[in-house]
Amino acid sequence: MSRYAIFLLRRLAQACIIVVGIVCVNFAVVHLAPGDLAEVMAGQGGGGDAGYVALLRERFGLDQPLWVQFQRYALNLLRLDLGYSFKDNMPVATLIADKLAATAILMIASLGTAFLLGIGLGTLAAVRHNSLSDVVISLLALIGYATPLFWLGLLLILLFTVKLGWLPSSGMRTIGVPVSGLAGVLDVARHAVMPVLTLTVFYMAVFIRLMRASVLNVASLDFVRTAYAKGMSRRQAYTNHVVGNALLPMITMLGVNAGGILGGSVVVETVFGWPGLGRLTFDAIFARDVNLLLGILFCSSLLVVITNLVTDLFSAWIDPRIEVSA
Amino acid sequence: MSFTRRNVVAGFAAAGLAGVAMPAVVSRAYAATPKKGGLLRMWIAEPVMLTGAFNSTGQIYEISGKLFDGLARYDFDLNPKPQLALSWDISADGKSITFKLRPGVKWHDGKPFTASDVQFSALKVWKELHPRGRSTYRYLADVEVPDALTAIFKFERPSPYVMNSLASVESQILPRHLYEGTDILTNPANLKPIGTGPFKFKEWQRGQYIIFERNPDYWDAPKPYLDGVVMVIIPDAASRAVALEAGELDVAGAIPVPLADAHRLAGLPTLEIPVQGSEALAFQAFMELNLRRPYFQDVRVRRAMYHAIDRNFVRKSIYFDFAKAATGPISYENAKFYTADVPQYEFSIAKANALLDEAGMKRQGDGLRFKITHDPLPAGDHFSRTGDYFKQQMAQLGIAVDIRNQDFPTYYRRVYKDYDFDTTSTGAFGLTDPTVGIQRFYWSKNIVPGVAFSNGSGYNSAEADKALEDAQTEVDPTKRAGLFRDFQKIVMTDLPLFPIADARYITIKSKTVMNIEVDPLGAHGSFAEAYLAR
Repeated sequence: MSRYAIFLLRRLAQACIIVVGIVCVNFAVVHLAPGDLAEVMAGQGGGGDAGYVALLRERFGLDQPLWVQFQRYALNLLRLDLGYSFKDNMPVATLIADKLAATAILMIASLGTAFLLGIGLGTLAAVRHNSLSDVVISLLALIGYATPLFWLGLLLILLFTVKLGWLPSSGMRTIGVPVSGLAGVLDVARHAVMPVLTLTVFYMAVFIRLMRASVLNVASLDFVRTAYAKGMSRRQAYTNHVVGNALLPMITMLGVNAGGILGGSVVVETVFGWPGLGRLTFDAIFARDVNLLLGILFCSSLLVVITNLVTDLFSAWIDPRIEVSA
Repeated sequence: MSFTRRNVVAGFAAAGLAGVAMPAVVSRAYAATPKKGGLLRMWIAEPVMLTGAFNSTGQIYEISGKLFDGLARYDFDLNPKPQLALSWDISADGKSITFKLRPGVKWHDGKPFTASDVQFSALKVWKELHPRGRSTYRYLADVEVPDALTAIFKFERPSPYVMNSLASVESQILPRHLYEGTDILTNPANLKPIGTGPFKFKEWQRGQYIIFERNPDYWDAPKPYLDGVVMVIIPDAASRAVALEAGELDVAGAIPVPLADAHRLAGLPTLEIPVQGSEALAFQAFMELNLRRPYFQDVRVRRAMYHAIDRNFVRKSIYFDFAKAATGPISYENAKFYTADVPQYEFSIAKANALLDEAGMKRQGDGLRFKITHDPLPAGDHFSRTGDYFKQQMAQLGIAVDIRNQDFPTYYRRVYKDYDFDTTSTGAFGLTDPTVGIQRFYWSKNIVPGVAFSNGSGYNSAEADKALEDAQTEVDPTKRAGLFRDFQKIVMTDLPLFPIADARYITIKSKTVMNIEVDPLGAHGSFAEAYLAR
């Protein structure tokens, strides 16, 4: 068996154990919060009587002892059934699938843009470090990182919707206008501009700072000095040797952030009314909708495990010095 | 009183707030006839389903009346008017109500609406599954259906409040042919309802919008005038304010933005806040006191604390005049039962301090008498701001207040199950009948741990119980109103809860939206008469 295959098998076995652990921990943590879905639903409905709460609890299976509930949950999971959300009256899998596209658009677009801009601006700042452009870029990154997302989002809305009237303030599609094909894509894109921009500013800050530090670090290594000694120009040395090697920590960081994609961004989704998974999670927590919450947590943890694996493989592929057997 | 054209169009004589000092009623040049067509865009918090027959969540209350008609609707005096029931006859002993139903009404799938739908909904849905219906229809023994258009409600005991609870949003009739023999709570029709109302369900994009389209076969032709209603889901209050300002929303009900923002938006040339249209909700903000605490057991302490709360300040500075200072447990909006003739507690810090001294609550060395906690309901910043004000006022009495913030489930547990609280800032709908809306907080038999919005204070008064219980079965409307007046006096003497503000459950709307505040449900109503003048 090749080294890659052994590595993959070992990591998959590890991943299985981790997932089982996550399932147990998730279940325990979710049940630590006071209150349950029956109480919340009765409360939102204005109260009712004791019989009503008991009726709901029985319907939701919450009258069973915790270990019976866990047994049911685990058995369902083995059958790849994420259960039923009694809050939303839908299977959990359907609810998650419904919001997956919206979250993917938002997160991939902003992470991707932030990653590319981070490489460009971070390298620029490093190449000209301690110059005015470095100061400006670093300052922008710092401000971007420190700006509260909801504030930035609202400012964008004030500018582009209220003052200029260029972009819709909220939602993902123009309501009531069935648009498909290119028009549909453009419609979603118009709605996506502000939320993507807001998130990009946030992620970009991290990427710029990381890339700048990484480039500076690599540029001082011996092999770069060797390259100069061979007579390479600065530009050649950077494009051929420095930037490529400086990308490694960026890929790790991208992997970390990509693992969190399913979490969405509660703040940005809330401000822009973007129908993503972050809001779904947020609402599930406050309603104590255990099935839905566990379903989302399970999918997110699965994605984290998978992206970690992919990141490791990818790093080994682009940098043969990293041993896959590690 | 003002006779706006909208009231006349809707067949109502006049607004029912005579005698109540109101700010200028919104009025404008009369449009010749309602304009047909157009989509009305309305904000909504995402609901969990679209039928309110067994779920009384606020946003479902706002939505489902557009898809379903009820047996009756109400005028501004909260008197029932025919909707799906053409007439009703109440027997002398109050134990039987005969409804004659409107002929020719069809469900959205074309099946005829009959008394059998009413029978099924009352017995299998409201009485068993609706959080309030379980008590409203507790004594409903049977519904007889002598013919397709007659439903006779038979009660074990007179239940006069039933006549005040027949609006679609409170007692919603479900199509028997889709629900019978199924699991009602998870029936697919809950998400794609088939109703009898002016609008039909078309599409629900979760997290984005819900579209209702015009029901062309509506019994009350040529209504509805709108082509449809789009419910837009915008989770953030600041974004809602922007959407209203930018003209992306036509209507937003149920106090959609913080009241300070509402105050600002009402000043814009394109927007307005109707004065009417929340009477059927009769929302009141109040404080609960945990009477199990030794220091709250002395009524002088409670009176002292109430004397120190300037309810007119709260009205002006926290509710921006979208409220009246509360005088008793029943909101002024429920004019049929409200009385101002109750013990008054004028704002006076000096009096409050004197009362506390008299009660033996001496100041300690550090000037403190005692320490309490305060839990604001996590539903809108008016509650937390009231809590902040309460803390300041109590400081002047030497009472230290520790404000605790939490999410809903924790709040419910703390206040209504563990009784681990001293005071709260909260609010509730009084609805169209005190037995349905108010009794739950004051009736000693409603001290039931684990039930939200029950009697959490632990108030237990034989006198108040008697007034409430007599009113439950009193058939004569005048005597019944008298019993509630007695109840209000008793409660304001005992002060187990502090009424703070009778807050209008305001709607912000574009000035081009007409005829939505035609009945006391306002934006929670059916919108059959609504139209867009643009």
